[in-house]
Order: sequence, then structure tokens, then C-alpha cells
Amino acid sequence: MRPGTRYLVLIHVAAVVMAVVVLAPFAWLVVSSISPSTELLSSHPHWIPQHPTLSRYRQIFSSAPGSDDVAANFRLAMGNSLIVATATTLISLAVGTVGGYAFARLRFRFRRTALFSFLAIYMLPPIALVIPLYLALANLGLLDTKTGLVVTYCSIVTPFCLWTMSNYYLSMPPDLEEAARVDGCTRLGALVRVILPLARPGLLTTGMFGFLLAWDEFLYSLIFTSTTNAKTIPVAIAEFTGKYSSDFGLIAAGGVLAAAPPLLLALLFQRYIVGGLTSGAVKG
Amino acid sequence: MALLLPAAVVVFGVVLYPVIRTFVVSLYDVNSPMAGAYPFVGLHNYTRVFQDSGFYPVLGHTLYFTLVSTFAELTLGIAVALLLNAPLKARWLWRSIVVLPWALPTIVNGALWRWIYNGQYGALNGVLDSLGISHTPHQWLGSPFLALNMVILADVWKNTSIVVFFILAGLQTIPADLYEAARMDGAGAWKAFWRVTLPLLAPSIAVVLILRTIEAFKVFDIIYVMTGGGPASGTQTIAFYTYLQAFSNQLFGYGAALAYLIVIAVFVLAMAYLRILRQGQMAGVE
Amino acid sequence: MTRVPSVTSQILDAAPSRRGFLTGAGAVGLGGLLAACGVGGGSDKGAAGSGKGSIRALFMKQAGYSEENIRAMTSSFQKANPGVKVTTDFVSYEALHDKIVAAAPAGTYDVVLIDVIWPAEFGSKHIVADVTSKWPASWKQKMLPGAVATPQYDGKLYGVPWILDTKYFFYNTAHLQKAKVDPAQLDTWDGVMKAARTIKASGATTYPLVWSWQQAEALICDYAQLVGAFGGTFLDDSGKPAFNQGGGVQAVEFMRQSVVDKLSNPGSTQSLEEDVRRVFSAGQASMALNWTYMYGLADDPKQSQVAGDVAVLQTPKGTQGRPGVNGSMALAVSSGSKQQKAAWDYVTYLTSQPVQDKYALSSLPVWQSSYDDPKVVKTNPAVVPQAKKQLGDMILRPQVQSYNAVSQALQAEIQNALLGKKTPQKAMDDAASKASSLLGS
Repeated sequence: MRPGTRYLVLIHVAAVVMAVVVLAPFAWLVVSSISPSTELLSSHPHWIPQHPTLSRYRQIFSSAPGSDDVAANFRLAMGNSLIVATATTLISLAVGTVGGYAFARLRFRFRRTALFSFLAIYMLPPIALVIPLYLALANLGLLDTKTGLVVTYCSIVTPFCLWTMSNYYLSMPPDLEEAARVDGCTRLGALVRVILPLARPGLLTTGMFGFLLAWDEFLYSLIFTSTTNAKTIPVAIAEFTGKYSSDFGLIAAGGVLAAAPPLLLALLFQRYIVGGLTSGAVKG
Repeated sequence: MALLLPAAVVVFGVVLYPVIRTFVVSLYDVNSPMAGAYPFVGLHNYTRVFQDSGFYPVLGHTLYFTLVSTFAELTLGIAVALLLNAPLKARWLWRSIVVLPWALPTIVNGALWRWIYNGQYGALNGVLDSLGISHTPHQWLGSPFLALNMVILADVWKNTSIVVFFILAGLQTIPADLYEAARMDGAGAWKAFWRVTLPLLAPSIAVVLILRTIEAFKVFDIIYVMTGGGPASGTQTIAFYTYLQAFSNQLFGYGAALAYLIVIAVFVLAMAYLRILRQGQMAGVE
Repeated sequence: MTRVPSVTSQILDAAPSRRGFLTGAGAVGLGGLLAACGVGGGSDKGAAGSGKGSIRALFMKQAGYSEENIRAMTSSFQKANPGVKVTTDFVSYEALHDKIVAAAPAGTYDVVLIDVIWPAEFGSKHIVADVTSKWPASWKQKMLPGAVATPQYDGKLYGVPWILDTKYFFYNTAHLQKAKVDPAQLDTWDGVMKAARTIKASGATTYPLVWSWQQAEALICDYAQLVGAFGGTFLDDSGKPAFNQGGGVQAVEFMRQSVVDKLSNPGSTQSLEEDVRRVFSAGQASMALNWTYMYGLADDPKQSQVAGDVAVLQTPKGTQGRPGVNGSMALAVSSGSKQQKAAWDYVTYLTSQPVQDKYALSSLPVWQSSYDDPKVVKTNPAVVPQAKKQLGDMILRPQVQSYNAVSQALQAEIQNALLGKKTPQKAMDDAASKASSLLGS
């Protein structure tokens, strides 16, 4: 059945409307980042700045780290965030993929309790664990280190990966693994050699969402880090406004830059985002 | 079973001690982070929650926030997912646009919307003024209930993207011929959606509901940045309230009890969703 | 088409396993027993230490002294004390309290910067050390009285004052000239209100006054200054709430009336100090209360549209007086520090008069005689003379253990009054009853 012209026009109009609604705040963010303070503070918003300036971006890219300039620390924070989020994602994905398989395919005692335990960790608000975690990290010498953050974030992202991947496996027919095991593979072998290559969309999607969980995390980073050794982007941006200074334009610039890596990831793996979470289309 | 071992080590290795210790702390009247002998109070901290007059408004805000934001994200998410599933030209472009809000850090999102809502320089007032809809500057974060809704709007804007992609993935598994069959039986587009699509989307919807509910109960960052809990405590949700009790007031025992109550509440909700949706699934196409 | 099972629904189908539940409960119980052996944090056994070694200090970013200032001070200290190495960390003000609390059991920091409202809380919970015995007697005479009061709780001293601050009254000379208002009128709050009406009528600006009345500590700072002006007190002599009588209520009525009369910017209830500075610097407000820092920024042509039109005065007089809110900060030695002697030496150095006078441009000294020193006056000729008058007359917010909770109650109720949801008297009565139960505990 070919879709009628009216239908096509309708959906394209809807798409444009949706794009405007989604893009408008983001556009304002970008505009603000290049508007000078005086224009930001005028009583009628200047939708297009009269004197656009890239000074904030220059500030972020060129000032020397370690100085008073909060912008300089942003570069280091970006590096920290990239390292921490990537490491967390890789570890959590690896561990969650294997563990999720157990939940999906195996029957064992305490399966229910185990799943609930993992999910409970994910459900617990970070506030509950901050102080004892701080102590634990202090005792292990992991305060203000990227490793400490990775260790902490893995505890949040792994349950998420576990659950998501196990749902994904359940949507795949078990026949392929059965065949592999009949041929003499171990469970783990079957998983690695047969399933994972097919599960790539699910892996990528889970990985991306997990990456963002780590990228976005604020409270633990705020409390556990104190220097540019380990400070991540959300904390660095939060420091742009203080009791005694604030410039929304600077936050906006930081925000635009901070959105870039997740955005790049999303664009690169775009095709897989949709294919992920269920295995391949069962199309007629 | 051994397959779970790495995950268990990673998750519980560092976190098990804090999780247990926080639970133990919730059984004592702890009001300082330092070591010491604190009186054992059993479940008193938990019952104290229900006697705390400040708790009920906070619970109300949280339930309202969860219900409204989840419902909005689900509705908008399904609508946009259907749109992105339709035969659009340059689908990759529209899908990329939808990803944008998701990529923005929550901290920045909060600061952005706070700026948009600003009574003096805000873009929202500016837009209403330019469009001629309203020329008086509104204080969007100025009254408690309005502020709560504006915070919800900011959160929904960012998080609908995730819902879109979960639902879109679910839509891919629905064979096109089911639609054909339904349409040939004379069903209109809406009925086809309601009878065919929605029941088959139930598993995806369940996953989304559970994830978004967990996040709504944990919501903290955006409130910290946008309103700090005000005005008149109108945007204090349960995770933020727990933060105030545990950190600002150093009532660690009480804060710990609140945190575990959050976990219990989310569990209960998640179980409820699953039961409801399974019943829906049974009644659907089989 | 079969329905796709999900893990969680599969598990729902399974019958509950009693064995599983009991074993789980057993594990938690065992863990609980082990953990219960030490409820609370790590060891808080501090030690004096040898006076040599490394110490770690926690400061605030972007306030008072800049990071450069503090690093310079620190390297001078290290030169003079070769055996001591100091590492300095900087966090934003919002994170400072939480960082100190989280780090306390682990003893990460030896020296911490604390706000004037924290000695009661930190002292009573043994987070910072009691240094009363270390204070030389002369300090109490040589420092400003408001400074000495800063680190006090229950008759003991928990630190050394370092950053003094209070709120001054700023006004825009151009607006006043346009409305033909005589600045002498601004000496009293009554006069300020009259001036505001005149300025509003003249059209110089729609809302002449702007305040930091967001639901945060900033609100209580403004409130405290007004309470002092109207002769009220937070607590009476027996420590019970007294802010729902007399001056305490008049202050709220005054605040509410200024909103009702449209003299105060309606955005004030969502504004913090930075928002006040922005509105003032954009020329959209004629008068405002703010901390010392606003002067430099509002008068800087690169940042402000009203540079050259900024004047600063002492806070206006109310019916009873004109104390400024004590917004100071002190340096404290953490009780878990194993190098308390070295920490104390560092604190003494930073707070000493020569060091403070050298950096007076960033933050005014705690020493009385500094205010007569021409070099100090030269650093900020507009502010220093006002500071000399104001810093001698300060009002403290209640120095009680549960201050944060009391403040939260006050913040919520004052906001209720400002938004017109409750009458000022009812709001303060409700706040008083909440505070009573908090103070009693």
C-alpha cells in the first residue's frame, strides 16, 4: 500500500515541528555561548547576537591549567570524563554482557535474589552511599583519582548493562547457541563466538546509554574529586557559577563542548541505536 | 553461575560494604559522620519518616513528578518513535536531531532551562513577547507548583530522546504484515495502533516505565541546579530531601532510612508495572 | 507471533523461594553484625604531630582570596617553614560543607575553611578541633569583635577568622540623580522605601530594589540584617525561638510589603547574590544589598553597564539599629588531622596581620588597626571606610547545632510569606514551632 501524498506531507510537517521543538533550546544554548554578557543580560533576548564572540571558547582552549581561570580546568575535566566514561563503559559492558547472559539463559538458585540485588544497587540514590564510599575509597587510596571514579561508576552502570543485555538475549532465539553447544562449545564459548557478533546492535546501544550514565554523573564526582586529577565535566561546569561569579554564556560554551562526545558517539553508531535492544527485525 | 562472578565482583566489590553499612546506620540514631557509640533505634528511623510532616509534601511532589514526567515522556516518545518509523526522507537527519537533548549533560540542561525561565532575561518570556502572546514577564520558577511543572518540562525535554529510541527499537520487531492484515480487516489507523501496535510494544514500554520511574525517584541533579528545592520547598523531591537530611542536617540514620524506603517504593512500583503490563499482553494478540 | 519474555517477568512467574529469601536475609544479617562493630565513620583520633610533614588544606574557589593569592601565601609559608609541605584544594562554596562532612571520618584534610554558621554544627560533632587553648589572649582585643565571634560555639573557639564579610547597601548614583533623590535619605529603611517610590515614579527603573531571596541561605542573610535593623532576635536568652515576635516578624512584613508595592523585583524570590549583581550591573535595579565583592565587579566597565555610577553605604538603619549580617569565614583544624601542630602554624600564618594586609584588595583583614593603615584603605577607598563602621556591628545567625535544619525551616516559611501563601505572622509562628522541635532535640 503506497502512502498517500497527504500522509507524506503530514508526516514531514510533523517532523519539522518536532525538530523545532527539540532544537530550539539547544539553539539558544549555542547562541548564548557566543553572545557577549551585555547582550545576554538585556531585557529583550537578542536571538541573533549583534556582536558574537568566540572569546569563551578561546578561554577554554587556550588558558593555562592550574590558574584561577575556571575555563582552563575544563580541558582537563573533559579528558578525565572521557577516560572515566570510556573505561566504565568497557568494563561494565564486558561484565554485564556475560552476566546478562546468565540471567537470560540459565536457571540457577538465587536467580531472583541475584537480579533483585543488582537492580537494587541501581535503584539506590547515590546520596545513601556517599559517605561510606568516600571512606572506602580513602582507605584504598582512590580518592581524587580516575580509578576511584571508574570503580564507583561501574557499580551503577553494570546493573544497567546486565538488565538491558539480558532482555536483549531473551529476544534472540536460542537455537544458535544450542547448535554451537551441540558442536562442543562451552556456554561461554557459545556466547563469545556465536551470540556476540550477532548482538552487536544491542551491545552498542547498551554501551552508549551506559557511557552517558557515567558522563552525566554529578554527585559522586563532586564529593570524591577535588583537583583536576580527576574532576569530571559536570563538576567543572558547576564551578563556572559560584557565589561570586556567574556567566551563563560560559556554562553554555561548556555545555556545547560537553555534548560533543556523546553526540559524536550517537551519530557514529546511529544505525545501531535503533536496531539495538531487540535482535534484528522480524519483518514480514 | 560463574558467568555472574565478574559482574558480582565489579558491582559489589566496592559497594557491598557501603550498602550494608548504610543499612546498619539506618537502624541507629546517627547524627555525625564520625565514629562513635550511637543509640540503637531499630526501625524507628523508618517509622519516623511517616511522622515527619515535611515528608508528605515531598512524597507528593515526587509522585507527581514521576507520574507526569513518565506519562509525558511515554506519550511523546511513542508519538515521535512512530514518526521516525514512518517513510520520512532523510530519516538519519531527524533521528540525529532527536539525539541532541540526550547528549547534553543534566547539569547544563538544568542551567539552560533556568536561564530560559529567568524572569528578567529569559528566552521563554522573550518568545511569548515576540509572538505577541503575552507581554508581561512571568516568573516561571516563582511559585511552587508552577516551578515543579517547569522542572518537569526541562527533564522531559532531555529524557524523551531515550524513550524514543527504546520504543523505536520495539517498533522494529513488529512485522509490517500485521498492519496490513489489520487494515485489510477494515481497521482505521488509530484502531490498528491501539489493537496491534500498542500491545506488542508492551515489553518495551515496561522497560521504559521501570527505567524512567527509577530515575524520577532518584532525580537530584536537575533540582540542585535549577531551584535548590524551592520556591517554598515546592520542588523538593524525595532524593533531594534525603540529601538535605543526610548531608545538610547530618541526620545520617534518618537519611539512610529514607534512601532504603526509596528503593522499596521503586521496587513496588516496578512490580506493579510488570503485573499490569503482563495482563495487557495476555489480552493482546497471541 | 510469540510474546517476547522479559527477564523480570520470567522471574515473576517463578514461585518465591523461601530458601533464597532466608539465605539472603542471613547474609545481610551477618554483614550487619560485622559492620555494626563500627557504626559511624573512621577513626577521629587526631594527633598533634611533629610539626613537620605534609598537610592538606581545603579552600573555597572564587571568593575572598583568589586561588593565586592563596597559593602565593602558601609558598611563602613553606619558605618560612621548610619542614612543612602544604597541598591546597579548592571547591565551590556549595560543595564546601558536604566535602568537609564526607571527608571528616577519613581525615583527608588538616585545615578547612568554614562558614560562620558551621562552628556549632562541626564543633559539636567533633569535626573540627577546639582551639580555645591555642588562642593568644591578645587576639581577642586586636581583632574586630565580629571576627572573634565567627568561630565561636558554646564559649569555645573552633578556628581563626580569616575572611570577613557583611552586606553593604549599594546604589546607582545616576538613577538617584534622575529621580532627584538625596542619598542621605538612604540612611534609614524608611528613607529607602520613599526613595524607591520616587525612583519608580520617575521611570528610571520599574523595580528599584532587588534582593537575594531564593530558598537558600542567602535569604536568611538578608533576613538577619533586617531582623537586626528592626531590633528582633532569632533566639531569646533561653535559646527558644523569638523570631516570631517583634522585629523578627516586622522584617518579614517589610520584605513582603516591598513586593506587594512592586518596589522589589519579583524575581528576587528566585535570586541569589550573583543574580542581584547582574540585575544591578545591568542598570535594572537602583539599590541592593550585597557582599563586598559586588563593588569591584559592578564598577568594572568590562562587566557592568553601570560602571562609574556605583556607590556603597552602610546598611540602612531600622527602628532599632543597623548591624550587618556576619557572613565571615574562619580557618579550622580538623579533629581527625594527625598534624594538628603544623596545621595550626599554617592557620596562624595565613591569618596574621602582615599577610592579610598584603592581600587586602581581595578580602578585608580581621585586625582592627588595619583599617587605619593608609595602604589598606588605598586598596578599596570606597568600601574600606564603610567596612570599618559596619564590621564593628554585626548580627550573628543562631549558633546552634541544628542550624541548617532551623535555617531550612525559616527559608521555607519566609518564602511562603513572600509569595503571599501565608501571612508573615503565621509563617513565622509555623517556623518557630518547627524550630522548637529541632532545637529541643
